[in-house]
Amino acid sequence: MNGVTNLAATDRRPETPLELHAENHHSPYQAHHFTDMAQQFDAAKMGMWLFLLTEILLFGGLFCAYAIYSTEHAVMFQSAHKMLDWKLGALNTVVLITSSLTVALAIRSIQLNQRKAAIWLLVATIACAAIFLIVKYFEYSHKIHLGLLPGNFYHYDGSEGVIIGNNPHIYFGIYFAMTGLHGLHVVIGMIVLSWVLLRLIKGEFNSEYYTPVELGGLYWHLVDLIWIYLFPLLYLIG
Amino acid sequence: MQPTHAHAASHQSQQSHSHHHIVPFKVNMAVGITLLVLTAVTVWIAQFDFGAMNMIVAMTVATVKAGLVVAYFMHLRYDNRFFFTMLLVCLIALTVFIVFTMIDQKSRTSIYDYEMQEIRKNAKMYEKKGLTAPKDASPAKH
Repeated sequence: MNGVTNLAATDRRPETPLELHAENHHSPYQAHHFTDMAQQFDAAKMGMWLFLLTEILLFGGLFCAYAIYSTEHAVMFQSAHKMLDWKLGALNTVVLITSSLTVALAIRSIQLNQRKAAIWLLVATIACAAIFLIVKYFEYSHKIHLGLLPGNFYHYDGSEGVIIGNNPHIYFGIYFAMTGLHGLHVVIGMIVLSWVLLRLIKGEFNSEYYTPVELGGLYWHLVDLIWIYLFPLLYLIG
Repeated sequence: MQPTHAHAASHQSQQSHSHHHIVPFKVNMAVGITLLVLTAVTVWIAQFDFGAMNMIVAMTVATVKAGLVVAYFMHLRYDNRFFFTMLLVCLIALTVFIVFTMIDQKSRTSIYDYEMQEIRKNAKMYEKKGLTAPKDASPAKH
């Protein structure tokens, strides 16, 4: 330990990354292989965007499946989608848009060094995510109770209105696959945002360094983006 | 990756936090309220039957909403232009994927003497489970 300290104290040219940091007046948050903080931030953000694009393509496969089956079974889709409660879907849309707004404002707050505001806005975001999942739970349990399930599990007896057309289990297969994958993303988003919140409370972020807040926010907006399409496709048009 | 947009380039030698564009509070709120209004529009518009246009109308409103989220909440409007190019490439790939699949789907019957069948003969659930829909049962309500 002593040897290292003594080395740093000498007047020779800086060689170690730590010394180079001091020499170039780097921000303590900047990794030495980046030219500056802006480049570091952009690199992190590009990585996140690349990941989000793969997420879009992942959901894209399901949207394609939806497109195929909804044209193939147009009448059945039109009838089966009425089994979903559009009011709950609309409520969840409002909840997710609100959460997107609060996370955007949380990022703004930390950019302005308003840590307390950022903490409460993130708490609000996570609470919205929880509300979304609770509403989803009631929707799912009602569907399961009625037997409106994918494939072989389908055993609906028409007690809440008859579904016109063949193979209604296909609609519910698509419904559960799409909302289920989306719901999984909500859960992961909650975990990510809770981790960001914890670090925020510990005081690890400020206006100079808040990359995890920004990237967590980007992930959360993607969750909102997917739902913006899922809501009309599943609840309103069928 | 070098920051390519003029904003970052002009500040490259300055303190780091000056790079980040801070979206004004008013803009954030305006976007949030617009998204809520457009959600109401989505619901309201769904009660009208435009026939084949139903899907196009709904997807147009959804895409306007998605555009607002991406541009303002996800800061893409203020970010490095390269991110937007990446998104565009991804969306073009997705469009090709879905459009070409649909072209195949829609033109199948004119090429093959084949149409999509029931998945299995016994997949008609009413028959399989011995549950016949009562004739006087009311259709599903919204």
